Amino acid sequence: MADNQQPKNLQDGLERNIFALFLATAFAVSIAGIVEIVPLFYLKSAVDYTEQTDKYGNAKNEKFPELVWERTFTEDANGKLVADKALYKLDKNGKAVMADWKAGDGVRPYTPLELAGRDIYLREGCYICHSQMIRPFRDERERYGHYSLATESMYDHPMQWGSKRTGPDLARLGGKYSDEWHVMHLIRPQDMVPESVMPAYPWLVENSIEKDFFGTERDMNKRLSVMRTLGVPYTDEEIENANAAIKGHTEMDALVAYLQVLGTMVKLDDSKTYRE
Amino acid sequence: MNTVAKPQYDNGVVKYLTVGAIVFLVLGTFMGTFAASQLAWPALNFDIAEITFARLRVMHTNTVIFAFGGMTLMATAFYTVQRTNGVKLWSNSMAWWTAILFTIGLLAVVVTISLGMTTGKEYHEQEWPLAIAVAVVWTLYTFNFVMTIASRNKETHPNVYVSNWFFIGMMIAITYLYVVNGLAIPVSLFRSYSMFAGVQDAMIQWWWGHNAVGFFLTAGFLAIMYYFVPKQAQRPIYSYRLSVIHFWALMFGYVWLGAHHLQYTALPDWTGSLGAVISLAMIIPSWGGALNGMLTLSGAWDRLRTDYILRFLIISLAFYAMSTFEGPVMASKTVNALSHYTDWTVGHVHSGALGWVAMVSIGALYHMVMKLWNTEMYSMKLINFHFWLATIGTVFYIVAMWVSGIMQGLMWRAYDEYGTLAYTFAESVAAMHPYYAMRALGGLLFFSGAAVMLYNVVMTIRMANAKATSQVGAHA
Repeated sequence: MADNQQPKNLQDGLERNIFALFLATAFAVSIAGIVEIVPLFYLKSAVDYTEQTDKYGNAKNEKFPELVWERTFTEDANGKLVADKALYKLDKNGKAVMADWKAGDGVRPYTPLELAGRDIYLREGCYICHSQMIRPFRDERERYGHYSLATESMYDHPMQWGSKRTGPDLARLGGKYSDEWHVMHLIRPQDMVPESVMPAYPWLVENSIEKDFFGTERDMNKRLSVMRTLGVPYTDEEIENANAAIKGHTEMDALVAYLQVLGTMVKLDDSKTYRE
Repeated sequence: MNTVAKPQYDNGVVKYLTVGAIVFLVLGTFMGTFAASQLAWPALNFDIAEITFARLRVMHTNTVIFAFGGMTLMATAFYTVQRTNGVKLWSNSMAWWTAILFTIGLLAVVVTISLGMTTGKEYHEQEWPLAIAVAVVWTLYTFNFVMTIASRNKETHPNVYVSNWFFIGMMIAITYLYVVNGLAIPVSLFRSYSMFAGVQDAMIQWWWGHNAVGFFLTAGFLAIMYYFVPKQAQRPIYSYRLSVIHFWALMFGYVWLGAHHLQYTALPDWTGSLGAVISLAMIIPSWGGALNGMLTLSGAWDRLRTDYILRFLIISLAFYAMSTFEGPVMASKTVNALSHYTDWTVGHVHSGALGWVAMVSIGALYHMVMKLWNTEMYSMKLINFHFWLATIGTVFYIVAMWVSGIMQGLMWRAYDEYGTLAYTFAESVAAMHPYYAMRALGGLLFFSGAAVMLYNVVMTIRMANAKATSQVGAHA
């Protein structure tokens, strides 16, 4: 087969050299990611012009100041990371209460109880049937509220936009129903909504949120500190008090705390165009 | 006697993977049928955390896509790479390790998801220890496959056959996408937080998510098509040139499509539109590939009357053509506004997954069973029965989801004469009931077909083994 020694063209050459084919294919599949994903990390328009102000993940938004809860981190005399405003604090009974943030002040990190509740939301796979992403259509606006913005999920590792609405969208669920309604609904959905096909989650009221799989401790200090590594700004004190902040709560308390904060962080202005 | 002329191949590991794939097909379609029934009759959740709908649905997707699909891809890759290159596997023991570890890993994935351990990323739910294990096993698989091709005799096999290109493309893309999307920091043995958040996470998630379809479930199974359709039809592939175009267009183009899952969301408009435009362009290579497979039968169409295995392979190409037409339509912005978030998407996925992926796999698996055990099937009639159960089941499923999906989309956006929303969400849920029941029936039919296949294959192997034993006895 002497006539086969020289490749006739590029394709023929690739077919004869498996390693060259391997590299050419790897090149072909990598272009899309570079074009579609990389810009999302630096284009300001991709995140509603929200900008990071420090390496911990604090942010500001000059174009739409209402979007982000701004605060400044500094190191105190002991080398501890402190902030000018506190997210939550422990009261004299050791219970966690909101400190300087009020509903509508802008996107902020989750409190330890909300973050633990979010872990339950993921564990039960709520995102399989519920989206958290409202599209800019008239009917969605009337049914769910203002369309969602990228900034609203900037601290969500991972995001929970979802892909299916077997149940309704939850992006702006917070405050629409009472805590009691949520508890009764999660224990037996059909008691509150007869047409519902949602499973019941009675175990949530029985399980302590302090425990994780196989009775291990749910280490919220660790979880908040990992979140800070990923760019969610918590102060040292907020991280150190995280385990105390979920003490005495059930999984139900945590999940309801998370559901009730959804969509309540930002007060969006109807007269503004946030996205072209 | 002919075995002397033929090179000896490593068949043991392929046999194991073939049977394993069929077992996972039965398990996975059972879970799917169960989950579908829970949506029709929610009492079937039984208030048991481990089998509530959301967990069972994820167990189902992992079992059918990664366990059944993965084992089929491994079985067919190890089978075809030896035959198209005229060599044994580069390392038979590495192939065995790959197969065994993959089985254990996937069983562990299903169990941990049932227990509630999940990353919360759709189609990438397995937590970090298992994700690392899966990535390592996958690398072994890729390495062994490439080295087997490299070890071929370049005098007798100068050019690498097209099915191998598709396998390699699939292996590269899956490794790359899976690893990037899986980047995370562990907070315990059972939980990690994704490195990405918000809009970047969404794009990376669907860049992976759509290509679990585009590469794992398409490129890999096209490799199967390019080997098994010509083999079963006993004719060469229709057009070499078309396969070259098909291959490079697919490798370059498919990776862009993830963005079409995020139209009208907080993802920038240009990204979603780019995804939609390339989706539309993908009709051309997809249909080129489907035609390439179908036209291989030119002049031999009568074989469809007698060859039931060929029927599976050819109908799979019809479903492939149909869903690669439906996909771009759903990616267009106007249709997507209606179809997104509805059951239509679920129906579309299943027309691809049941009609294309499962059917082409089933055809290839039957073919391999006969070759590997060097026997006829126990019952050809049962293959025909399986064919009709699978086809009717798929059609039931898709039709139910078309109706329910379009109905959902229309009910959600309907207004009454006063300009207010005509239906509550709960009313749209109630209206789905008959279609959810119909979908469960479709699933049940498909599952029954898979069970028939398992029975038929087990009986075939027993028959072949009994024959082999009696022959050995006779010679002795």
